[in-house]
Amino acid sequence: MEQPAYRNPLRTGAVRPTELLPWLAAALGFFLFPDYLQLGSQILIMVLFAMSLDLILGYAGIVSLGHAALFGTGAYTAGILSAHLGWSEPLSGLVIAGLVAGVVGFVCGAVILYTRGLTLLMLTLAVTILLQELANEQEHWTGGDDGLQGVVMEPLLGLFEFDLYGQTAYLYALAVLFVVFVAARTIVGSSFGQSLRGIRENERRMHAIGCPVYRQMLRAYTIAAVMAGIAGALLAQTTEFVALDVLSFERSGDVMIMLILGGTGRLYGAFIGAPVYMILQDQLARLSPEYWLFGIGALLVATILYAPEGMLGLAERYGVRARREAP
Amino acid sequence: MSEPLLEVRNLCKSFGALVVADEVSLALRPGARHALIGPNGAGKTTLVNLITGTVEPSGGVILLGGHDVTRWSQARRVKHGLARTFQINTLFRGLSVLENVCMAISERRAVAAKLWQRADARADVIAEGMELLESVKLDGDARRLVRELPYGRQRLVELAIALGLRPTVLLLDEPAAGVPSAESHVLLEAVEALPESMAVLMIEHDMDIVFRFAQRVTVLVQGAILTEGAPAEVGGDPRVQEVYLGENAELHGGRR
Repeated sequence: MEQPAYRNPLRTGAVRPTELLPWLAAALGFFLFPDYLQLGSQILIMVLFAMSLDLILGYAGIVSLGHAALFGTGAYTAGILSAHLGWSEPLSGLVIAGLVAGVVGFVCGAVILYTRGLTLLMLTLAVTILLQELANEQEHWTGGDDGLQGVVMEPLLGLFEFDLYGQTAYLYALAVLFVVFVAARTIVGSSFGQSLRGIRENERRMHAIGCPVYRQMLRAYTIAAVMAGIAGALLAQTTEFVALDVLSFERSGDVMIMLILGGTGRLYGAFIGAPVYMILQDQLARLSPEYWLFGIGALLVATILYAPEGMLGLAERYGVRARREAP
Repeated sequence: MSEPLLEVRNLCKSFGALVVADEVSLALRPGARHALIGPNGAGKTTLVNLITGTVEPSGGVILLGGHDVTRWSQARRVKHGLARTFQINTLFRGLSVLENVCMAISERRAVAAKLWQRADARADVIAEGMELLESVKLDGDARRLVRELPYGRQRLVELAIALGLRPTVLLLDEPAAGVPSAESHVLLEAVEALPESMAVLMIEHDMDIVFRFAQRVTVLVQGAILTEGAPAEVGGDPRVQEVYLGENAELHGGRR
């Protein structure tokens, strides 16, 4: 089936009513599932992480299998700040973690963005593996294979203790997600975001119209790195622990699957893909601790075959088409 | 006579033993309508790639508005007024026609690097985009995705993107390639309506189009210039007829 023939000429900045849905769902979740708030926080964190991947994959077309490198950098930065340096104020820790991840992203990006395709893919993978090995070796700082213990968080804004039920953690993650989302939405709606779409659609033509393609991609990569670092830091802060798997290949793969399930290049794909993946994982693991991955695999195959643009793409195709064609 | 906007001196390029540009020199003055013809594999597109900077020359000099741009990046040359179209459509297929031309307009206006400005707040970019689309009669398709347009309309978008850059020098690589002759007149009208002061170099196979469009013609064979002159002169040159026009020579040459 063809894509909608008409599309807003340059996407409007006005907030559509459907855009409120995920935030309503997140708020409802807080009241309806008080026993699941820890899973809820993790979902919000993965939404943020998947959204940062969307910025480079969905908008700029940079395929990365090493996005966990930046997530892990943020997680370890926030963790080490608290466990070793005694810096346990959450908000400043979050900002510092984001900046450190941004610097790492900028430096890595400066090298790997000279390449394309498989080479780029392999380099992103290599960076993650190197960082994971580094974290594994530096046991004194990272706790190595045992994970980083001793992370404690001061009350949020000096007021809200991180409680056992995860209420503060959930609302903290939700607030951070919202702020980063608003920034991301502004960026993808800007001329810069439009230019990234151009690079994804046709890099050759972007060169030919005088776009500094490399510089634009590096900026996108750095911004995505900051976001991924913030997501990682949120995980470290809300669980008060950092495991070596924040830098794992599996995490890079998971986040990509989440994004593809939800749909790339829409920002909101992350809001669908991450919850679906994680809730399914949670439920399937209960049903069948051994074979839950089979369920995820089947869903992924079905998505690729029947909804190659993800669940949002599917919804857009059937639901929104009529509205878009209206003048 | 005014200074050339684009000048190429003794441009050379070889890939190993294969020479694709052999001491090529040409100059385009303001208002030039110059056609570049030659058999397949003569190095016409390579010459465009050399001039725009996608391929680095082995020797020679490229001057744009008097500046030596031989070592400049592609983007920098574009900012100095050089634009091109592609023989094979090179478009943003998943975006609307308006978005396609606005991409070039934002680049030219240097707003494409702005992070915090909303795309839809760029009312003047969009207004200019619509104006441009009207001028090439694409305004009816502004909101359609490029990949859904018929090929001939897509060729028009190919041209419109380049025009969005408001170039002083425009290189057209077979603008009507692949367009059925019934539709090609729209494209040719758009080419003929180009601003008079613009210097245009057009690669073209169709001799009818060359005669209609060009004031001067350069014939390229195996990377080297065989001859340059007015269309009638070149069309009547037996060497040209031999290497390029082949058996149809008299048919086409005879029209003039």
